[in-house]
Amino acid sequence: MFREIISLAGKYLPELLSGASITLELTAVCVLGGLLLGLLLALCRVYGGKAAYAVSTAYIEIVRGTPLLVQLFVFYYGLPDIGIVLPPLLAAGLAMALNTAAYQAEYIRGAIQSIPRGQLLAAKALGMTWAQGILHVVLPQALRLVIPSWSNELIYMLKYSSLAFIVGVPELMGRANLIASRNFKYFEIYLLVAAIYVSIVLLAARGLSWLEGKLRVPGLGASP
Amino acid sequence: MELVLRELPGFLQGTAATVEVLLGVMGLGLFSGLGMAVLQVYGPHPARWAVTAIERVLRGIPPIVLLLLVFYLPWDLPPLLVAVLALGSCSAAYQSQIFRAAIQSVDRRQLEAAFSLGMTQGQAVLHVVLPQAVRRALGPWSNELSSQIKDTSLAYIVGVVEVLRQARYVIAYTYGHALLLYGFCALIYFGLTRAGNALIYRLEEKLWVPGFERRAPERHGW
Repeated sequence: MFREIISLAGKYLPELLSGASITLELTAVCVLGGLLLGLLLALCRVYGGKAAYAVSTAYIEIVRGTPLLVQLFVFYYGLPDIGIVLPPLLAAGLAMALNTAAYQAEYIRGAIQSIPRGQLLAAKALGMTWAQGILHVVLPQALRLVIPSWSNELIYMLKYSSLAFIVGVPELMGRANLIASRNFKYFEIYLLVAAIYVSIVLLAARGLSWLEGKLRVPGLGASP
Repeated sequence: MELVLRELPGFLQGTAATVEVLLGVMGLGLFSGLGMAVLQVYGPHPARWAVTAIERVLRGIPPIVLLLLVFYLPWDLPPLLVAVLALGSCSAAYQSQIFRAAIQSVDRRQLEAAFSLGMTQGQAVLHVVLPQAVRRALGPWSNELSSQIKDTSLAYIVGVVEVLRQARYVIAYTYGHALLLYGFCALIYFGLTRAGNALIYRLEEKLWVPGFERRAPERHGW
């Protein structure tokens, strides 16, 4: 069994790794897109007027209350009903980005609210506008405080990007499925895939905790 | 709308299957997670090391990959069992971390006090530490519950006839209405996560340890 897996690895690793690169690209684009939208949603929830608060809260609650798989099906199988046909990669990317935005919004909101409100008042007293105060005083701290929970979200998306294979995106899981349907070594191939995911996740966790230490605000938050 | 009404019995069956998977997953995750946590805190060194390694690996594998791995095991397991085993071991890894943190939050001196009263380590952990730790873990545990409610949708892939699979059947024989039906699935899941959260909240109120901090009352609905 072990020897077989090694020989399968030698044979199919290049193909699997090219799938893994699609996984990484998909995750990176979605998480960054989700970060921008999430930031906007969080700002609406904390500083927005009644309407902005209601819209962003409704969005966040609905997205966080339903599974990513269902959202993916709505985008890929559902939208053609109203005339919008998306290619698999775009459908998966949109569903993932819109999904992670809601989660990231909540993390960012938590971080923004952890910054004492007095700082914003102090900025106002120095003659800054609200927007300047938020941009130059609150966000530089909040965005660094959010890194630990944001890393969890990134790793979560890294793993959940595997759902994209269900609608036919040739990422790591999709490639594995393709290979296994040719040689019927499903168990062995998925074992290899699991190993690849575990290595990517461990590496990403390492990198993110390095980033966290690098960008830590001195005197703020837990010491490493 | 008529279509949804007509297919309601099927969807109710699907929801029942979803809840079945959920109960299995949370039950398996609870007991093995609790066991892993106790081993990780109080176990001998080799056990600690092994449990930590297992937990890291399980948390690094996407649930879908785990589902398919269990599905393609050399034995023929029924879909429901595959889903419960795969998602349950995934959840066990996460729950072990929730319980580990809760156990470690109980003051160590309580354990020493229990020893001085003549309790063995097993008794002290069982009667002194765990009753407090488990109640403290309820908050984070409710997050795990709502993320597992959503992850039960993955059981679709190994062929459990849950909500999504029911929708798929209806779409297949009515040749369409995918948006409506998947939207209805989303509604069912939304109801389930809301109900799950409300239930845990009630439980938390009921099991609250007098004298300990209480979670700020949550605003319900929007």
